[in-house]
This record gives sequence, C-alpha cells and structure tokens, in this order.
Amino acid sequence: MANDIIIQTEQLTKRFGDFIAVDHISFDVHKGEIFGFLGANGAGKTTAMRMLCGLSLPTSGKATIAGFDIYKKTEAIKRSIGYMSQKFSLYEDLTVKENIRFYAGIYGMSNKYIKDKTALLLQQLHLEDEADKLVGSLPLGWKQKLAFSVAIFHEPQIVFLDEPTGGVDPVTRREFWNLIYEASAKGITVFVTTHYMDEAEYCNRVSIMVDGRIDALDTPVALKENFSAASMDEVFLQLARKATRNDS
Amino acid sequence: MQSVIVNNLSKNYGKEKEIKAVKDVSFDVSPAEIFGIIGPDGAGKTSLFRMLTTLLLPDSGNASVDGSDIVKDFKAIRKKVGYMPGRFSLYQDLSVEENLNFFATIFNTTIEKNYDLIKDIYIQIEPFKKRKAGKLSGGMKQKLALSCALIHRPVVLFLDEPTTGVDAVSRKEFWDMLKRLKQQGITILVSTPYMDEAGLCDRITLMQQGKLLSTGTPTEITGSFKQTILGVKAANMYDLLKDLNAYNAIEDAYAFGEYHHAVMKENSSEEALQKYLEEKGNKELVIQQIKPTIEDSFLRLMKS
Amino acid sequence: MKQFFSFIKKEFYHIWRDRRTMFILLGMPLAQIIIFGFALTNEVKNESIAILDQSKDAASSQIINKISASRYFNVTALLHNPDEIARTFQTNTARIVLVLPSTFGEDLRHVNKAQVQLVTDASDPNIATTLINYATAIITDYQQSLNSTAVIPYQINVQSRMLYNPQLKGAYSFVPGVMAMVLMLICTMMTAITIVREKETGTMEVMLVSPVQPMKIVMAKAIPYLLLTVVNITNILLLSVFVLDVPINGSLILLTGESILFTITCLSFGLLISSVTDSQQTAMMISMMGLFLPTVMLSGFMFPIENMPLALRIVSNVVPSRWYYEIVVAVMIKGLGISSILKQTLVLSGMTVLLLSLAIKNFKIRLE
Repeated sequence: MANDIIIQTEQLTKRFGDFIAVDHISFDVHKGEIFGFLGANGAGKTTAMRMLCGLSLPTSGKATIAGFDIYKKTEAIKRSIGYMSQKFSLYEDLTVKENIRFYAGIYGMSNKYIKDKTALLLQQLHLEDEADKLVGSLPLGWKQKLAFSVAIFHEPQIVFLDEPTGGVDPVTRREFWNLIYEASAKGITVFVTTHYMDEAEYCNRVSIMVDGRIDALDTPVALKENFSAASMDEVFLQLARKATRNDS
Repeated sequence: MQSVIVNNLSKNYGKEKEIKAVKDVSFDVSPAEIFGIIGPDGAGKTSLFRMLTTLLLPDSGNASVDGSDIVKDFKAIRKKVGYMPGRFSLYQDLSVEENLNFFATIFNTTIEKNYDLIKDIYIQIEPFKKRKAGKLSGGMKQKLALSCALIHRPVVLFLDEPTTGVDAVSRKEFWDMLKRLKQQGITILVSTPYMDEAGLCDRITLMQQGKLLSTGTPTEITGSFKQTILGVKAANMYDLLKDLNAYNAIEDAYAFGEYHHAVMKENSSEEALQKYLEEKGNKELVIQQIKPTIEDSFLRLMKS
Repeated sequence: MKQFFSFIKKEFYHIWRDRRTMFILLGMPLAQIIIFGFALTNEVKNESIAILDQSKDAASSQIINKISASRYFNVTALLHNPDEIARTFQTNTARIVLVLPSTFGEDLRHVNKAQVQLVTDASDPNIATTLINYATAIITDYQQSLNSTAVIPYQINVQSRMLYNPQLKGAYSFVPGVMAMVLMLICTMMTAITIVREKETGTMEVMLVSPVQPMKIVMAKAIPYLLLTVVNITNILLLSVFVLDVPINGSLILLTGESILFTITCLSFGLLISSVTDSQQTAMMISMMGLFLPTVMLSGFMFPIENMPLALRIVSNVVPSRWYYEIVVAVMIKGLGISSILKQTLVLSGMTVLLLSLAIKNFKIRLE
C-alpha cells in the first residue's frame, strides 16, 4: 500500500550551526491517519514540523508531502496542507464570518462556494448566532474548534495541528477530537502534537522524538506493550528521561 | 489557624461589571498543604490568584492569607507570599544570577541566607548562571522563576499555571520540587489546567466559569462519583463512541485515552451493553469496570 | 536604601544592554545639534553679488568698492537693466543683487538721504536673510564713514525685497529647541515606555507582590534617565559653545535650575502616561503625538508663535516645552535674568504640580 503514503521522510535533518535540531528522521504517514507527533520541549518537534509545512528548508535528507518534494515544491505543498497552532489561529478583531472568508480567499475559492460552505460550517459548529461576533469575544474552546474548521476549510490533504488543545476544558477537548475524527474519516490526514498523554491514545500511530531523533513509532497499544507500560504517559516518561540534550 | 481563608469572593470586569470572572468562591487551605485549583483557561483561576496576592480588589467577599486581610493588610501580605504568575515574569535581559540577586534584595534578604530552601532547584540552573534569562529553555525558566519566588522564604506560595506548555518530564520534576517545599512547611496554592495533576495535590477544587464545582481531597471528589463507569474499547473507536452515545442505558460517553468511558444509568448491566455493541458490529470488544478519575468528576460536574 | 540602589542598578543594566537604544538616546541630540547647527549657521564668505548701478557716480562707485573689498562678497556681474536681475538668479550667477537707483548720488548729495534696494533669491529664505543682513551692514558702515565728516547726517535707506523673517530673530534658536526636544524624548517617552514594558512582560505584577513601595519602583526608573539627560544637556551645551560658537550669555546656574524644573515636568508626564496605558506601543504613540509633535510644532522653535493662527497660539500655551523654550532663549541667548522669565517659570511650575499630582493620583498599587 505504498501509494497511500502521504508524508514520507528519509534521513531528514536540520542543523543550526553545530546544533542538530532534527537528526536523520525517517517515517511515513498514511492517508487519513491520525498521527501523533510527541516529544519533550526542545526535542525538535517544531523544527521538524516547520520543514514538513514548507516553512524551512532541511539541511539534508529527503521528504515528500502529498507527493511534492519539500525542496522544490513548497508552494504546491502549502496549497495542499492546513495549519493550526495554539498560539496563532484566527484574527481576534475580525468576526467569525470575516475570518472564514479571509482564509478561504487565500486559497482562491469562489464566492459562491465560500458562502455555501460557511453556512454549513457555522451550522455544524452551532455558531450561527455568533457569525457576526468578533472572534476575540468567543470562549477559547470555540475559538480552537473554529480555527480547526478554518484550517481544513479548503479541504487540504493534510492538516498540521500544533498543540491545538492546550488549556482547553475537558468537554471542549473531546468535542475538538470529534472534529479530528470526522476530518480523518473524510480522508484528511491529521498530524498533531500535544502535551496531553491521553490524547496520544486517540492517535492511530504515535512517534516520540528524543534529542532530535524519533526513538519510538508505533500504535499506542504496541508502544505500551514494548515498554511494558500501563499508559502512554509512562512510555513517554521512559523515553524522554533518556534525553541528554538540555532542552534549550 | 488556616493559611488561606476565602469567603464568598467575587470579581467582575467590564464597564458595567458584566463579566463575572469569579463568582462567590469560598475555601480554606491548611498550613503546609498543596492546594490545587483545577480548571481550564478562562475559569477564573488567575483572577482568584491576583485577588489573593493583593493585585486585584474583590468586588465582594473577603479573604485572608496567613491571617492578613487581602484588602486592609495588603502590605503585610506582600512581605510574606511568593508569587509566580502564569507567564514568565523575570527580566529577560538580566542573567540568572542577576535576577536572583535582584529579587533577594527587593525582599531585603540575600541568596546565602535562604540558600538551603532553593538549593535543590537552583543547583540545576547554576551552571547557566551567567546566561540571560531570556535565553533559557522553558524548563529552566520555570526553575529560575520558582527560585525567585522562594528567595524570601514565603509562608504561602502562589503558582499560577506553572506547568502549562511544559512537557511531561519537566512537569513531573516540578511536582517533585513542590513536594519538598511542602515538607519545609510552605503552603502552596497551585492552579493547573491538567486534570492528571490533581492527584498530586493534598486537596483540590474544581473551577469552571468562575465557580467552584467541588472541593476536597482527590479521593473525596472521585468518591462522590456514585455511578458505574465502564471502560470500553473496540477496533474502531470512533464508531464505538457513536454507538455508546446512542445507547439509552448510558448517561454519558466520552473518549478517555485508550478506553471510552461510559457512565451507566442505574439498573443497567454490562452484559446488555456488550450484547448491544456486538449487534452494532463492534469488533475486538473489551469492557471493564473503571474507577472514576478527577477528569470524570470534572466532566460530570461541568455537564450537570 | 539597598533595595532602591539595586533597582537603579537593574535599570542601568536594562539601558546598557539595549545598546541600540542607548546609542540613539546619546547620539541623536548630538546629531541634531550638529545638523541644525551647520544647516542654519550660514557664514557668508566670498558670496557672489551682482550690481545694477543706475546712478554711476562717485557715491555709487564708493559703495561698490566697499562691497567688493569686503571678505563677504565678490562682485561677479555688473547689470545694465532691471530685466537682467531675474536671469542672474536663474543662472546662479549671484544670490543677491544690489540696485542703486539713478537718483542715488544726487539724492545723497542734495537731501542727504538716498535709497538702495537689495533683491535676493528667497528660495532659501534663511540664506537670503543672512545675505541681506551682511550687505546692509556694509552699507550702514559706509553711511557712518560719510557721517564722520558731515554736518548733517547722511541717511541711506536699504530697502530689501524680502520681508524680515522673524523665525530667524534668534539665529541660534535651535539649541534651546533641541534641548526641549531631548528632555521631552528621554524623560517623558523613555520613562513611560520602560514602566509600561514591565507591565507588558508581567514583571510589574511580581514587583507589586513584593514589599517594595510601588512609588520607589517608579523613582528608581526615573533616576537613570535623569542622569542620561544631564549627560545629554551637558553635551549639547558643550557642542553649542565650543563647536557652534553659541555662547551661554546668561547664568549657567539659572539655566540648570530651569532645566531641572522642566525635567520634573517631563518625568511627571511620563509617569502619567505610564499609568494610563498598558502597551509600549500606546505609550510611544501618546508621547509622540501628545508631546513630541507639539514640542516641534508649537513651542516656537520651528515656527514662530506670533505667526500662527489664533487657535494654535492659544493651544501653544498648554505645551510645556513652549515655556521652557522661551526660558532657554531668554537665559542662554539673550542673557536675561530671572526677573524677565518669572511668568514662564511660574507657568511651568504650575504645570508640573498639576501633572505630578495627576500622576500620583492615577498611580496604581494594584493591577487595576
């Protein structure tokens, strides 16, 4: 089933001077998969994710995203992915509708399409009454759900989520994961980082980065078996404690 | 005497005080206790902490910290509490050593005088003492901030979301440090959005939308969860969750790590659920009894 | 006290480690003085002058000789009719033309009273004014040499084709102007920004939850900037005295005293701004719009107040730097004593008391 591979990296490396931020990582992600990308602060997650999104060029190694080479086709990559992070997601001083329109506009969608799809999306998120409210006035959980929906509005093949649920209440966190499941069921590949270990369990497969390398990659069940651990939390702690790099 | 006593404290913001950040909150904290305020962003944890550390005036109610009133005796409180705000609040252009020295002087003390208290923590960042605080990693910044908050040997320590955005390893280390501080007799109030940290506190309170949902020891809170929770897993977890939510003998079902949690109504049976789920075509079905966790309690209290 | 010193030490670290800002704060006033100084001190030397002599007699040639003999002017063209004046300017042959009317010699001889005309290229009004002043001085000089032997005094009226430009009344007005600007910039803007920065980074929160008296935090912030201001003012005065030859005509002690008064005004203003804003950006905008621009536009330094429309003249009264500017001009340039600047000093003191009490009233010992 090699043809359903949507992210493929081979010996992908990023150096900053003497410092090897990402150290020869190789992995594949399949279409429609929910792929958890874990690691302690400073393990190299953000750097790796930036390369995969076409925001920074690798020092060496190979990678293709949605079939596009990350050295040559960064523009094509950007068109086929969505991105959302905890820190930056939506413009707080624009309304819900304006935000959607703005992001959809970036991807050059027709006005009619945007209008129809916006209505549908607002209905799904139960945000019809808030459509003309400023995003800044919404509770955090709603913002995050909206940000995710906006990130997949243009129906990308892959969506990258950088700690999407930080600080969100447990109910909303579950609603957020429901959205992730739905996206995955529609065939969108979800690449997600998180500090909540219970969320690692929701992923189809999980990779754990330590000191710039991927030290473990498997389904949560297999990982727990291999490390004779009761939870993903224990697996993570066992691996992360081996880190020699000071997390700077 | 209780270290912290809070009576019906409220705080409102906005022109017409229409935003109610803290609503009629009451609790006590005993000396040398680790007291956790657990709740998501926007629950009102920071407003509550700012009132207790005399940074904000309450709109109603009163509170005392180590016997001093938070409004009248604010000067006395400022002398004896340590406070670590949610975001990193040290001088980024000063070195580790300069920051610590500075904080020692403003509290009229020296590093040497209270070194025994911060030694465990400071020793880990000492190799970088000439480095500018802005150039430290997240975990190290956190340790420096804690050292600075402890430098005057406070009676009560307020830590506002000290572990937010910090990875699991650093979080674990941080809680170990708090345990040692407690042994030194320091009362610690700590807020966190991570439910799994609740078990590390002596007593906790669950906070949501400005209100306290429940206060007590972690065991008391989970013990008050009377219904049966079944952990269910199957080959397709997403379909399983939909099936669980459609089943009428289930009050609530939600994802919970490896298993989904199903809160059962009274008079429901495990066998009936198993039969129903198999009929729905779920494969590799596993059902087991689950002890309620803090998060289960929180979810139930939030929804009720 | 140790607490207080450790605060001041910390402030110095902040300033010292932000080298770029520090160099701007120290270098900008110097650059301003030098640029203004050399742009405005137009020393006239061997300037080309054209002459239209319609009189052509003994008196007119004596004046022409006197002008060409001076080290200020070179006679580069002799014109024959008035139409040529414009061309002289267009071809840059000269920037000033002396016109001696045909009746000049006769008038001087018979009625002891004659007229000459100076036409200047006023596209650069500053230079034009300077040239007229120099040429007028030479003609006056000639007139005096005639008077020394005459019974009835001779009188030569110089008519210039450019109105007297009051903006250049005090030729070195930019030194007091720059002083006002620098004080405003450092004491007000920097004090406001550095306090607000602590609010932004959250360090103010930690400071407030400590036994330090909040007022001390603020005082400690003012001191390093006060010192920086003293360095700057000293630099400006040294530069103006030794490089630009602008002397301090009045009392240095009086000047210093008035400068300290204005510094306190500025610090109070900065403190007030910091207590009503929460972001460095806002503090910067308020300082720029509320203080810096009025200092430049309405203090009388760039544009003379007497030439302004009534509304602006009224507004200029509430700009503190206007009063300080007048004080410095009076003391430094005109060499006047305290009695002549009593009004200005009183107004400035009143403003300071008002601003300081507002600032203290608005100062927060909590977060809101």
